[in-house]
This record gives sequence, C-alpha cells and structure tokens, in this order.
Amino acid sequence: MNFEFSEEQIMLRDSVARFIQDNYAFDVRQDIAASEQGISRDNWKTFAELGWLSIPFAEEHGGFGGGAVDVMLVMEQLGKGLVLEPYLATVLLFGGLLRKGGSAELQGEYIPRIIEGNCLGAFAYLERQSRYELADVLTTASPSAGGYRLNGEKVVVFNGANADQVIVSARTSGGQNDEDGISLFLLPATAPGLEKLPYRMMDGQLVANLVFRDVEVPAANLVGELDQGFALMQAVVMEANMALAAEALGIMEQLNAKTLEYTKTRKQFGVAIGHFQALQHRMVDTFMAYEQTKSLLYRAVCALTDEKEDAATAVHALKVMVDRAGKLVFSEAIQLHGGMGLTDELDIGHFAKRLMMINTTFGNGDYHQSQFSALRYNTGAAL
Amino acid sequence: MDTSFTPEDLAFRDEVRAFLKEAYDAELQARLASGEPQVYKQAVIDWQKRLHAKGWIAPNWPVEYGGTGWDATRQFIYDSERAAFGVRDVVPFGLKMVGPVLYTFGTQAQKERFLPAILASDEWWCQGYSEPGSGSDLASLKTRAVLDRDEYVVTGAKIWTTYAQFADWIFCLVRTSNEGKKQEGISFLLIDMKSPGVKVNPIVSIDNHHSLNEVEFNDVRVPVANRIGEQDKGWTYAKALLAHERTSIAGVADTKRNLGLVRDYAAREINGGRSLLSDPMFQARLSDIDIELMALEFTELRVLAAVASGGAPGAESSLLKIKGTELQQAVQSLAMEVAAYYQGVLPNELGAQKLGHEFGSKARQSYMYGRAATIYGGSNEVQKNIIAKAVLGL
Repeated sequence: MNFEFSEEQIMLRDSVARFIQDNYAFDVRQDIAASEQGISRDNWKTFAELGWLSIPFAEEHGGFGGGAVDVMLVMEQLGKGLVLEPYLATVLLFGGLLRKGGSAELQGEYIPRIIEGNCLGAFAYLERQSRYELADVLTTASPSAGGYRLNGEKVVVFNGANADQVIVSARTSGGQNDEDGISLFLLPATAPGLEKLPYRMMDGQLVANLVFRDVEVPAANLVGELDQGFALMQAVVMEANMALAAEALGIMEQLNAKTLEYTKTRKQFGVAIGHFQALQHRMVDTFMAYEQTKSLLYRAVCALTDEKEDAATAVHALKVMVDRAGKLVFSEAIQLHGGMGLTDELDIGHFAKRLMMINTTFGNGDYHQSQFSALRYNTGAAL
Repeated sequence: MDTSFTPEDLAFRDEVRAFLKEAYDAELQARLASGEPQVYKQAVIDWQKRLHAKGWIAPNWPVEYGGTGWDATRQFIYDSERAAFGVRDVVPFGLKMVGPVLYTFGTQAQKERFLPAILASDEWWCQGYSEPGSGSDLASLKTRAVLDRDEYVVTGAKIWTTYAQFADWIFCLVRTSNEGKKQEGISFLLIDMKSPGVKVNPIVSIDNHHSLNEVEFNDVRVPVANRIGEQDKGWTYAKALLAHERTSIAGVADTKRNLGLVRDYAAREINGGRSLLSDPMFQARLSDIDIELMALEFTELRVLAAVASGGAPGAESSLLKIKGTELQQAVQSLAMEVAAYYQGVLPNELGAQKLGHEFGSKARQSYMYGRAATIYGGSNEVQKNIIAKAVLGL
C-alpha cells in the first residue's frame, strides 16, 4: 500500500502546475473569461503540445494511456488556476464517451483530432426538466432515411458555444424516465437545424442551449449500442465526477492557503487576526475538511483504478463530501477575509463560484447522498 | 498510488480470520461480557496472552522488541478484521503507551525489566497524567517528586485513571523542578502500585460503571532507577507517547463495526410497518456518518503509510483524534435513536423478561461513557490548538 505517485505522474503534475503559475495569473484568467469565446485557443494548443489532451486515450490512438490517477493530478492543478479551457467537456466527457463507446471508425476519426487540439467537444445531456437524472430524456431520435432525425432541446451544455462536435443523448424508445431506450449520437455543431444559444455562467464558463429541429444524423454516428446509452453515460459521468472532485480539491487548497496567509498579515486590535483562537479553530475545521476530501478522492481513484465493485459508492460519497466540505471552505474563506471577501476584485469569490458550479454539476450533495444510500443500505451488503 | 491487496495480503487476511475464529471463542466472550470485575480482568489477560502466543500482541512495536514487522497494509488488515469480528483492541496503557516510551527512551535494564511483562500481559499498567487541577493544561501538573538519595518521594494525586484498580504499575508525570518553563521541570516515573502510600479512590461515571479512579500518592518512595531518561525532561517523552495515543484513539475500524451494528439494528426496527433503515431521514443521518468514516479510513491509511515509510505520527494524529472521536460519538448518538424507549432501560432490570432490547442499555452505556472520547488524550479543542500551531503555523 502506498500513496506515492510515479516519477511520470509527478512530472505531469508539475508541468500543469508550472503552466498555471506562469500563464494563469488571476487577472489573465479574468481577461480570458471576458473574451468573446471565454477560452484561450493559444492555451488549448499548449495543452495539446504538452500532451495533456492525450492522457486518458489509448496508445493506439496516439494517447498517453493514463488512468484515474493521471486525470486526478491534472484536474487538481487546473482547479488551482480556475482554468476555463474545456478539458472536462472535450477530453473527459466527449472524449470519454468516444473512448468507452465509440465505434472504431468514430474513435479513429475524432480521438487523434482531440489529442492534436483540433476538435473541441461537448456532451449535451441536460434538459429543462431533467435536473440531475441522466435518464430523464425527452429529446427524440426517430429513424429517418439516412439514419436518425433529432428533435428537442438541451440546456447548459458545457463548452456548447465553442464545441466543433457534440454528443447528444436522445430517446429512441421507452418513456421519459426509462434507462432503456436512450441512445447517443455524435454530430457536428454546424449541422443544419441545430441552433446554439450561448450564455455565461457564474464561474465564467460559456455554455449554450442547443435546439434540435429535424437534425439528420447518419446511423454510423451512433455512439454505443442503440437504446443502451444510459450505462455508457453513467460510466463516463462517474469518472467525470471524480475529475470534478479533484478540481474542487485544488480550489479548496487555494482557498485555505489564501485565507491562512491573509489571517497572518491582516491586523486588528493590534495583532494579526490569525492570533485569535476563534479563527484558528475555524481554519482547523477547513483544513480537516480538505484532508477528508483528499482521502475520499484517493479512495475513489483507487476504486476506479482497480475497477472495484464499490467504485460507484465511493464516487457518490466523494461528491457528497465535495459539496459539504466545499461549502464550508468557501464560506469560511469569505468570512475570514471580511469585507474584502465580498469584492469581485478578489479571487476568493471566483473560487467560491466555481465550487458552487461543481456542486451542481452531475448532481448536488443531497442527490448523491440519496444515490449512495440506495446502493449501500438497500442491498444488505457489508459496510 | 496503490491500495490493492496482493495474494500474500489476502492469505494473511485469511490467517487472521482463522485465528480470531478459533482463539476468540464463545467461552472467552462470555467472560469478557461479565459484569464481575475480576472475571473481566482475567478474561482480558487470557485473550492478550493468546495474542502474545501467536506473536501478534504488539503490531506497532519494532521487531527487535517483539513487534510483528507488519507493513501498513497488514496493520490495516489486522485491525479491520479484529474490529469486524467484534474483538476489542488490547488494553492500551502498557502496549500502546508506556511500551513505546520504554523501548525508545528506556535504559537496557528498564527494557529488560518491563517489556517482557508488558508483552505477556503479566503486569497491568495505568496512566498517571491528568490531575485534579491539570486537565487539558497538562504541563501545569503539581504532583511533586523530591530526590532523597537514590529515591524520589512522590506526593500528589492523579485523576481519571482508567483501571487503576486493576493496575500493577502506573507511569506518571511528576514535577521535579519549578524553575523555567512549566514543561521543563517534569520527569517521567514508573511507580509500583503496591508501594506504601498509593491509594486508589473509585469514581463511578455516568454510564454507572467503575473504570475511572483518583490515585493518591502520600510520600511514595520510588527508586531513581524507575525514572525514564533524564530528570526534568519527561515532557519530551510524554509528547512522543501522546502522538501514539491519539493515533490509536481514532478507533476507525471499531467505529466502522459499530456503525454496521447500528445499521443492522435499524433494519430490524419496524416503525409504521416499515424498517427504520428504509426511512430517508434515517438514511441521511446514517450516510452522513458513513461517508465521513469512509474518508477517515483513508486518512488513517495515509498516516499508516507515512509512518511505515519512516515518518512518525505528528500533527496529523490530532486530526485522526478529532475526527475519530467525533464519529464515535455520532455513531453512539445514532444508536440511541435506534434504541428509542429502550435506551432508558437500566442493565439487569429486565432480568429474565427479555424484551429483545439488550441493545438499549448497551447503547446508552456507550453513549454516556463515550462523552469521554472528545475530552481524554487532550480535549478536541486542545487538538485544534495543536493543529493551528504545528500545521497551520499560527
């Protein structure tokens, strides 16, 4: 048993950390967020050159053949920099669905393009009514002459505004909430009948609603088996939740470090405020919340790496912890920064808003706690 | 990063299971459950002797002194299996507290005199740290030891001394100097409980049990040879011990088992035709604890792995102590909710008319005595001060 990283993993982690340090100062980040596309294409090229876009993909497609630990290390560092470029949407969601379910033809066509930095992707799964249920799908795909015809609407599509290619979940059979009968289709964002409505979120990311009006998709663009898209989505979302938790951990580390530093320099009543026990104990609480989150992240990563049966349970637990610990950490960071914590100028509030967005992505803490309970208490398995 | 078990680890786990099944037999379990103090004491000693015969009595000791040489994985496996089988951990005072101090700081003669009897459970130890006037502010202790040729004359009192009524020996922090900082005039003495002038006064706690005591020292004569290390340097040795103590207080494996028991009871409790376990409110409370415990299990593994690769338990042992004891209490609290009315039933009141709820009075006893966990070993508030200083640099 060991919790050490390989030399290769440490090099990867350090290369992302160095990039953030040299190229992603907070004011630079804010300029990128305010730009028209909300991301930097130059940065994306750099990500490709440094090999980060290749991490989870198999070597036969030009990938790095990395695992959950590698993804964790990259996402943790990206979190520290509040990085806006669509690593999650392109590499882990769009790329993840292709990697796990795409036909050899689709993989051969798109994975190398992702790795080269020439294909931005998105996964359109959310609908107005669906909240956190992946299986709640009203968008339809009905058979047509060349394949399938899509109608419906997807909302809050991460990277939806900039994506070149989109994978969309659509109902090919069954009722609104049935797990069976969901299929996934890959199509270009420029497909006729596909309308994009971009907008910005509180964490700076540019998302879009996608409206499908009789959009034609060839049968060859089906990702995974017909009607069996749910399990594929679930597997990819499970890994994405781990990655989001790693990003959250990086953010929590930053918030704790910045808050601690502030309490050592800010003086009131003639002393640094970190001198007061009431504040010290609050910072110990956030330190423990961070350590506990890290432990659960490691647990989930090990379970995913070893493909353990309880990986899903561990990831649900992790997402609950990220929600609870994240709220504690950012609330205390704002409180201990006093009035400054409320300013848009300071980075603290922006870290907080990214954590809030992570909490609501793929299910909040309550949602995952109820999923966790269903897996763990309704089966009679040992704790 | 790798937490998977090798085939050798799995074989070891099977060996642990087989041993526990055979050695922790029904006859022993019945004696351990006895309300008769001497029967209980002898049962504990018998169990520890079986562990000693197997060579597993001191997993945390170095091999040269009788430890097992287990790596972090095996320590984890052993502790998990022990707890899952419902086996209480060894009495900590000799094996987990004074033992490590002896092999780290003791003289050759002291090691030879005391370590074998600790390993064989031939001598029962208790801990003389807290005093009526010194709780969390341990270094303010006042029990005095004055040198008289080759003996110290000890005067004062220790309190909250668990199982002093069973003990053959007590390890004590005593004041040998009032010069300088209060931490600097403290010495570490080993005192024979049969010495003239030692008096044990029982304290009955809110669980209606007698495990706590006050120990008085009235001009007790202690040979200088029973001092650990240098005079006035006892605080250094005590601090090393406290880190070990805090790590073992966390009790993650036992809390995990207790949470499983609470879940099983909740599955059998029926409220309005449905099991309590299926109640969403109950599931929320259970999973709150379950999730924190899953995290703490890995926090403990991280500490174990760090210690196994040459580190010493440091400030992170404070984190384990705080979270571990909070979770122990959370499980005890949930058990009380499951017990409902029967949490109020006093032991032995029901006699032969079994209500099926022995669980209730046991739950209450654990809950009431469990309040101690966030107080002893340095209160959790003191642990937070330690983390603030040692980790956060405040």
